[in-house]
Amino acid sequence: MSSQTAQTEEGGAIDYVNTKRRDYYSGMLMLLVGLGAIYDGVRYNIGSLSQMGSGFFPVAVGAALACTGIAIALVAKCTPAQQGERKLPPEGKAWCFILGSLVAFIVLGHYGGLLPATFAVVFISALGDRQNTVWRALLLAVAMTGLCVAVFWWALSLQFPLFQWG
Amino acid sequence: MTQSLLDLWYGFGVALEPHNLAWSFFGVVVGNLIGVLPGMGPLSAISMLLPLTYTMHPVPAIMMLAGIFYGSQYGGAIGAILLNLPCHPPHAVTCLDGYPLTRQGKGGTALGIAMISSFFAASCGIALMVFASPLLVSVAFKFGPAELFSIMLLGLLAGGTMSRGPVLKGVAMTLFGLLIGIVGTDVNTGTMRFTFGFARLGDGVEIVALALGLFGVADFLRNVNRLQVVSGGARVRLRDMRPSRKELKQAFWPMVRGTSIGALFGGMPGTGSTITTFIAYALEQKISRNPKKFGQGAIEGVAAPEAASHSKTQVDFIPTMSLGIPGDAVMALILGALMIQGIQPGPQLITDHADLFWGLVASFWVGNILLILLNVPLIGIWVKFLRMPYRYLFPSALLFIAVGVYSTNNSLFEVGEVLAFGVIGAVLLALEFPVAPILLGFVLGPMVEDNFRRAVLLSRGDLGVFIQRPISAVFISASALLILLQVGFAIRGAVRRRRARPKKFRMTGSSHATSQDNV
Repeated sequence: MSSQTAQTEEGGAIDYVNTKRRDYYSGMLMLLVGLGAIYDGVRYNIGSLSQMGSGFFPVAVGAALACTGIAIALVAKCTPAQQGERKLPPEGKAWCFILGSLVAFIVLGHYGGLLPATFAVVFISALGDRQNTVWRALLLAVAMTGLCVAVFWWALSLQFPLFQWG
Repeated sequence: MTQSLLDLWYGFGVALEPHNLAWSFFGVVVGNLIGVLPGMGPLSAISMLLPLTYTMHPVPAIMMLAGIFYGSQYGGAIGAILLNLPCHPPHAVTCLDGYPLTRQGKGGTALGIAMISSFFAASCGIALMVFASPLLVSVAFKFGPAELFSIMLLGLLAGGTMSRGPVLKGVAMTLFGLLIGIVGTDVNTGTMRFTFGFARLGDGVEIVALALGLFGVADFLRNVNRLQVVSGGARVRLRDMRPSRKELKQAFWPMVRGTSIGALFGGMPGTGSTITTFIAYALEQKISRNPKKFGQGAIEGVAAPEAASHSKTQVDFIPTMSLGIPGDAVMALILGALMIQGIQPGPQLITDHADLFWGLVASFWVGNILLILLNVPLIGIWVKFLRMPYRYLFPSALLFIAVGVYSTNNSLFEVGEVLAFGVIGAVLLALEFPVAPILLGFVLGPMVEDNFRRAVLLSRGDLGVFIQRPISAVFISASALLILLQVGFAIRGAVRRRRARPKKFRMTGSSHATSQDNV
């Protein structure tokens, strides 16, 4: 409701989201998650109403989620296809950089320490933005690393060595 | 009545202790700052600073978190009015009339009106909290497991169905949140559930990791290279902010009406603040003599929703603190913070932790006054912050997320959780699922299960217990009514759509406020 963009027919070249297909897939996804919860839940003891086991609640919630998923998919099937909002181009590179920066933080945090990890997370994620050049990203990373060391390591004395090997 | 006033006096004593005051001040400043930054809302602000509170005393910790919350709301209004950027979903409505006012060169007035209505509404909400909480507590002592389960069910249903976006998807997200809440060791039997073989998940999912993944990383994934910051914008000076007498008069009744709508919805668990602001706006439009001016810069369209969201914010604390049932995702986080501090929210909270409760209430007032004092001179600086390029913002925020989550348990495993929830959140956002109900379900999940098990155990397996006990029956029937109403709306909508098929355009609701490209 936030970005209420009443989209009139402005240029046919732009791709629009097919809400029918999207809702159908969302329903199916929820059905799968629900079924997964039931599948995993029955391995714990379900018990009965008077003697509930630890599997009862997971199975109940999973079943409810699966039903909701079916309902979403059914509603999508029954409603006519509608034009959704404008389809946004995928940002594969940026996504990889952002997720990669967090992976780098984990790996470098484990094998390198706080300093290389913070540098990596800022530098790599900054490269994800098309407008950032390598130089800008580098400067930002250096500045943020300095700030991070000052705030977390020095001021808040976080339990995270600046450098550690292995 | 007098007792409440005496308690409040005591609360002011607590809130004005230098130590507490300093943290409260820190909270509102940081909240205000983060609220102004594009693409950051109170949820990411609170979850980023939550780890900081672990080592703090509970009173200043909660004061700070609450300060962040309402501080970021003040900040959000600035972005909405001056740049048409709703940083926090409830401000989306404020954009409708606030931005046109800015274009007419009256952005300062709009900001002034927004601040006055916010302060007025917050004060009313606080007053209501002072007098209503003890009343609610006396009722709450009659609550057993059955009643607690029923009211939580109502809260979950309301949270799922009355959030933004399609109803069924909201319900699905609430259930998904419940499932995430199950992860970990079952308290009754010690069984490890849904841990996927990770021993570290035995303590359950870390709430900070969940919140930052869903509201931080997922948002960055969605907005990267898409959220541009508008250059230019309005220059606002101090003296522009003082509204004229006529404008004040024009805004007064909308402000009062907005406040009462906010208070009404704040009392109901689960109703989101976005829906509240929309209702306040729609009401103003409906009763206005010339509804046409709405959307073109009506002062009423700024005053009413801002007042509604602020009074709701304050009133929301009533069920959160006295029943332990959070109204929305932000409240769920604050509830989580309380529980991390080892404080069980519920009817006993007001008596057992009087300093916390009354100190918090008093700190609201102090914080709101601080905000007014802060916002007036600092408006120029906030406007500069608004133009902070996203390309610098999100890498820096990612750093704070990573280090902040690490500090919750001093382990990198939680950072991995953030990564996982970021991906999950991004997929869900792409499928137009509202993600806020997940957090509500997550926090309430363990409590719902516990109370359900206890209630059914006490009744020896008889599910009728939920409708045999009067208070519980009221909540169950309210839940049933809610479902019936929603089904009714859905059918009516379907019929109407079938009748008016050839429509020229359609309003689409984006699943997240910050996800607008090129506003």
